[in-house]
Formats: sequence, C-alpha cells, structure tokens
Amino acid sequence: MTQTESVAPLFRAGDRVRVREAYPIGHVRTPYYIRGKSGVIERFCGAYPNPEELAYARPGLPKQPLYRVRFRQADVWEDYRGKDEDTVDIEIYQHWLQP
Amino acid sequence: MSEHHHHDEGVPHRHPLRPDQDDTLTYWRAMEIAVRELLIEKQITNADEVRSEVEAMDDRTPACGGQVVARAWTDPEFRKLLLEDGNAACEAVGLERGLYKLVAVENTDKAHNVVVCTLCSCYPRSLLGLPPDWYKSRNYRSRVINNPREVLREFGTVIDDDVVVRVHDSTADMRYLVVPKRPAGTDGWSETQLAGLVTRDAMIGVTFARQP
Repeated sequence: MTQTESVAPLFRAGDRVRVREAYPIGHVRTPYYIRGKSGVIERFCGAYPNPEELAYARPGLPKQPLYRVRFRQADVWEDYRGKDEDTVDIEIYQHWLQP
Repeated sequence: MSEHHHHDEGVPHRHPLRPDQDDTLTYWRAMEIAVRELLIEKQITNADEVRSEVEAMDDRTPACGGQVVARAWTDPEFRKLLLEDGNAACEAVGLERGLYKLVAVENTDKAHNVVVCTLCSCYPRSLLGLPPDWYKSRNYRSRVINNPREVLREFGTVIDDDVVVRVHDSTADMRYLVVPKRPAGTDGWSETQLAGLVTRDAMIGVTFARQP
C-alpha cells in the first residue's frame, strides 16, 4: 500500500451525518460526548493516516478522509445554557461517520 | 542571621528558599533522556540539533500570530488567503508553514470563536508558541466545551446575546487560529501598531483584541 493511498471521501460540505455510537478500546480521537450525535459537514479537511493505527506504530493506511463536522450545542448537551444557534465544530474521521 | 522571622526587630524576613534540587526524574523524563541519548549515540541526531530545536521552540511566540492577524486586518487579499489556506498565508508573511493544517476562524459581529482541545492540548504552536497551562487544564477543556459563555465570562469576556458562540474542538490534524475583530478607533494604524493589540488569548478566542 502506498503512502498516498486514501479511502474515497463519501461526504461533502452541507451533508448531514451521524457519529457512530461505538466504544472501542484504544487510541480514539472521536470524543465520547459526540458519539451518536448528528451534525452537518462544515468542510472536508483532506485525508490523513488513521490515528487509531498510528498510535500503535502501524502505518494507518489507507488514509482516512477527515471532516470538520458542525453540531448544534443544544443537540449535544441536554442542559446547554446558551443560544440555540451556538455550535461546536469537531474533526472526525470518515470511518466514524454515517449518513 | 537566623532564618526565623523577626518582624519586631525590623529585620526583613527571608521567604522560604527553593530547594536546590528542584528537578524530579519522572518515568517519562527518564524515557526522554534514554531515547535522546540513543538517537545521539546512533548518530541519527546530535546534541546541537536537539538544543537548537528547543531554542526554536522557545522562539515561537504569539507575536507570530499577531503579525498574521494584523496583516489580515489591513490586507483583504491576505485575509481571504488566511481563511482559505492558513498555511499558505503563514508562508506568505515569511513564517513557517507549520506541521499541521491551519484553520483560521474569524470573529464577526455575528459570531465569536473559541478554541479547545478536549482530548489533550493541540495548539497552533508555530504561531503562538507553547500553550498556557490553563489551556491544558481539565477545568478549561471540560467546561468551555459545554458552557463556553460562562467560561468566557470568567475571562472577563461577555458575549452579547445576539452573537453566536462557536467552539472548535481541535481533535485531530487541524490547528486553529482565531482572528479577533479589529478594534474600533484604529483607522490608519500600521500593521506593526495593530499587531500590538493582538494578544495570545484573543487568538485562542477567550478574549477580544486589546482596545487602543
């Protein structure tokens, strides 16, 4: 597998996505608080080696598409004390996202 | 002279001395030393390279970020480039590209941005230097994510009700720079003068640019 090989991106800016609700052990960069939540792709960030593999000295290839996903804070925290329009943007790898 | 307090005799008392041995050899420090010495022994690097990297790390200060923001305030073309491709913008002003992709987020009359890394302490080091201790604290990381308005208020930053707060959780391969709003009353200011108003905390988003 070459250094440049990447998984094809499945999503585009504006697409609605849901974060997988999964709790695998290991080095995962998808925060707990966002698992199972729905948001909108803010932008495609490029493809990067999978950190869940890199953490264990494996190459992390093929690269995983990475997105910035925007969530409404009110959808993330039940007791959110702010405006309805307040948001949190998080970088999430494609294998954590579903349509 | 005794080290005990003698206020009544008018002798200035000495504050407690810092111990001479103020270094603790923790597990990770021992690991760092072992790996570094091995790399040097195997001639993969040398002591001078390590030293100069540490020196370069200490040389990166928020002044780098301030330079970028001040340019964005005065040059619309550069502002556009910064928002589209942060790394290219850094290069354009003679700064290092940085190892990570730089995403610049701009504060406006309608939105205020603030940055956190809830997982660890990801920070735009090439532009701001080393992160402050509070940025790495569990308190900041766990609270700014779900109650940003209150945390900002603790920094003395009151966000109007008609302004949206956008938190950016730096979880992976992006690094974030907040472009604060240019303060009123700075028309005709030079880039250098403007850069003086751009503080580290304003570029993290916990406060506004300094008022002139």
